[in-house]
Amino acid sequence: MTQEIRVTNYPQVLTDRPTHYCPGCHHGTAHRLVAEALTDLGLVDNTILVGSIGCSVFIYNYLSLDAIESPHGRAPAVATGIKRARPDKIVFTYQGDGDLASIGMAEIMHCANRGENVTTIFVNNTVYGMTGGQMAPTTLVGQKTTTCPGGRCKERAGMPIRMTEIIASLGGVAYAERVAVNNIKNIKKAQKAVRKAFDYQVQGLGFSFVEVLATCPTNWRMTPQAANTRIETEMIPYFPLGVYKDVKAQEDK
Amino acid sequence: MSQPNRIFIKGNEAIARGALAAGAKCFFGYPITPQNDIPEFMSQAMFDAGGQFVQAESEVAAANMLLGAAACGIRSLTTSSSPGISLKQEAISYMAGCEVPGVIVNVSRGGPGLGDIGPSQADYFQAVKGGGHGDYKLLVLAPGTVQEAYDLTIKAFDLAFKYRNPVMLLADAIIGQMQEPVVPWTPENRDPHEGQDWGLVGAKNRAPRLIKSLFLDDGALAGQNQKLQAKYEAMKAEIDQELFLTEDAELIIVAFGSIGRIVKSTIRKLRSQGKKVGLVRPITLFPFPADVLLRLAKEGKRFLTIEHNMGQMVEDVRLSIRMVADSDFYAQLPGTLPTPDDFEQPILKALEG
Repeated sequence: MTQEIRVTNYPQVLTDRPTHYCPGCHHGTAHRLVAEALTDLGLVDNTILVGSIGCSVFIYNYLSLDAIESPHGRAPAVATGIKRARPDKIVFTYQGDGDLASIGMAEIMHCANRGENVTTIFVNNTVYGMTGGQMAPTTLVGQKTTTCPGGRCKERAGMPIRMTEIIASLGGVAYAERVAVNNIKNIKKAQKAVRKAFDYQVQGLGFSFVEVLATCPTNWRMTPQAANTRIETEMIPYFPLGVYKDVKAQEDK
Repeated sequence: MSQPNRIFIKGNEAIARGALAAGAKCFFGYPITPQNDIPEFMSQAMFDAGGQFVQAESEVAAANMLLGAAACGIRSLTTSSSPGISLKQEAISYMAGCEVPGVIVNVSRGGPGLGDIGPSQADYFQAVKGGGHGDYKLLVLAPGTVQEAYDLTIKAFDLAFKYRNPVMLLADAIIGQMQEPVVPWTPENRDPHEGQDWGLVGAKNRAPRLIKSLFLDDGALAGQNQKLQAKYEAMKAEIDQELFLTEDAELIIVAFGSIGRIVKSTIRKLRSQGKKVGLVRPITLFPFPADVLLRLAKEGKRFLTIEHNMGQMVEDVRLSIRMVADSDFYAQLPGTLPTPDDFEQPILKALEG
């Protein structure tokens, strides 16, 4: 009989089961960052997860939290309803770029602008992953997808949307940061950002938003290593990392 | 005898006050005529009642806010009018699929498209046949007076939580905009633990709760659909209707909501002339009072369905009495305001027929 030895400690709230994500996908890392933040802040028992439509629709299988599924793009509206009904709970949405930046644009903008005291984890991998790699609002110019096989053409499809910059411009936002998880250094920064986002919600400061630049090796038709490199060489130059809004840092100045 | 606690209010305000009396704690709305009195009233009243009011960015968002709030086991509602109700269908289908007890009020107006802002009953099909995608039903209640708008709003919450199913109050611009005396009342002995055994509150010392409508495992969606159908069957216990002078009637008028009430005046006048006419006014539109109609059909009575649309409920009337009798139909055209006189000739014609 073989003995199973766990070589890393991961938070209890992260369920011990294999995910459906493709090799090299960053969703697993992003899930873990959420799990660590909720555990470190002691929020697991008190948190309600609002899922969305896309590859992460099954997030409730991997995070052991009270959860609800929302229609495509509507997670920030559903989260608004939950937070208004149960203001003492920690509420967060976990959404991809098709869900949040396309069909859900109205809901995310107004949820942020009202300053709903909820957190959004926005995973931007520049494609619709679940449906097979179609063009997303964040697809980079020249990037090939199944609905722009010749590469995204800005004359036909416009420019990719930079969400964190938009969110940071809205009045009700307490915190907005863009992070990546393509190397250890960036993961450490991402860890702090996600934790801060939830901490701001605990403090009742308003809407908090973390955009995670993520790989989709399958739909990018790349190896996981090449996909990781693409984050650095193509995505970060167009989607610069950093804190775009932090109400506490502004107070300190 | 004086009734000191009577108040003279519009149907829209009666709906708002009924929701407050029922213990609603969250209201999500968006401006659209002819239901604007409700969010206007609620914008202060919800906070006064210790609840929440959100003017959403759209009817789509308002309905999804309702999905979230009701999923917490908290009595919540959204109100709108026909074009806005179309936009809410996405969330309504999700509420039905994941068994969330939201209350939706439609103070309906004329259609299709932008239609007009006057009364119409043309959303009957949308209300009783599902409305959004998938096999589901709402419990649908249709008030005929302002008092009934108040009473049925309270009932809508009780039924939504009893069956864990979205409930629609289907009113129209007549009920919403008309002023009548109402005796307000507050239900007693509400279950203080309502919604706490299934609602989202955070998974403390128990397994997580999951509210979803996605069922991909083999047989899971089939099972969920069977469960929902069994629930819709069980809802037949809630069937309700008003019967007016049906016993000796030769002709039964079937009409709901405001039209049912207006036809009643016509019937009173015709009765004074010795015409044997009666009324069945369905109060639950789903489930539909089919058995009552069938019983009357078996007694040999004839039927005339009158609606403020081009013929929708008449299909359910005909289904109810099929093999035994048929129903004539008279359409009060959307875009017109009905009066009792409008129905006199159609009823006399059906009596002769």
